[in-house]
Amino acid sequence: MMKTAEMLEIFKRHRGDAVVIPGRGGRFWVELSDQPDRDLPLGDPAMGGHASFALGLALAMPDQRVVLFDSEGDVLMGMGALPTIAEKAPANLYHFMLDNGVYATTGGQPVPNAEQMEYEVVAQGCGYPATYAIDNLEDFASQIEEILGQPGPVFVALKIDPEIINEPINARPQWQRKTRNQAVADMQAELGIQPPA
Amino acid sequence: MAELSPATVLEQLKKNGATHVVWLPDSETNFLYVLMSEEPSLDLVPVSREGHAFSTAAGLAAGGKKPVILIQNTGMMESGDSLRGWGLGMNVPVVMMVGYRGWTRHGVINDTAAFYTERFLHAFNINYYLVESDEDADRISIAFAEAQREKRPVAVLVGDEYHGFNVSR
Repeated sequence: MMKTAEMLEIFKRHRGDAVVIPGRGGRFWVELSDQPDRDLPLGDPAMGGHASFALGLALAMPDQRVVLFDSEGDVLMGMGALPTIAEKAPANLYHFMLDNGVYATTGGQPVPNAEQMEYEVVAQGCGYPATYAIDNLEDFASQIEEILGQPGPVFVALKIDPEIINEPINARPQWQRKTRNQAVADMQAELGIQPPA
Repeated sequence: MAELSPATVLEQLKKNGATHVVWLPDSETNFLYVLMSEEPSLDLVPVSREGHAFSTAAGLAAGGKKPVILIQNTGMMESGDSLRGWGLGMNVPVVMMVGYRGWTRHGVINDTAAFYTERFLHAFNINYYLVESDEDADRISIAFAEAQREKRPVAVLVGDEYHGFNVSR
């Protein structure tokens, strides 16, 4: 098991200039990132959609590496995105998945069949050419260069500690520093992307 | 009444600069699929659940592309939360072409998919245009312009869904 923040700290050293969608790791990533204009900390627009959002982004800008930190709850809800990603096969997409076995933001209830799921096997079966399963920081540190050094799409299942949030939604600290639309606008400005007319 | 030909739909997509078609086909869209897959300016992104169409389109739009969504009304209704969060919440200027299963031109509706379609769009405050034949095709361009201007999804209800895409070229 890994602490999300500790894993992201290691990832940060290997990020390069990748565009990062931190997903459920967003509250940790905004504290770590030194390239916020290349980050899309979207929070949770609608559960289950991060993978297909990342796919769309990767297809739209094939010259930019796109790194997603998905969650197992999102993947379970949107598992049908995996074959689409595998079919479109964007070489610039790196699909990490945080697996803490629970719905951490609703109090820590287990996800379905939490103890038995092998998400990297699912991704492999959907056609991802490269998949990994990592459950400790040492292995993550030793493999991250290889993971990011190959063409995507790559799927990496990461076992992380549940860091459960149990406060009412309106009482939770607001970790996002800009709106979703501002984050997208900042990324577009950083990369020189013109929205289509 | 003239039917809506797939060539007309494709021409509208090209005319409006669509770059990607994010879609989940139904059995009646085969000939549109053939035309789209032969069109080099369009990249087809097949999804397995319509909700993914909205998040995929949001990503494409964030990256500077101009997607169009092609789904059926049944799938649109299944996509409510994704439409809310990814489509409307992220101000995605996307045209969603929706096969109007069960459309009877205001006749007796025996298909609940049709019964709820416009009610669903009203609930989400999505503006929409009905396209039944080639003569209506300019409404697709109107939808593209409105989506771009308002920075939000706009629907095109394809009221010819049962046979229009299946006519021979």
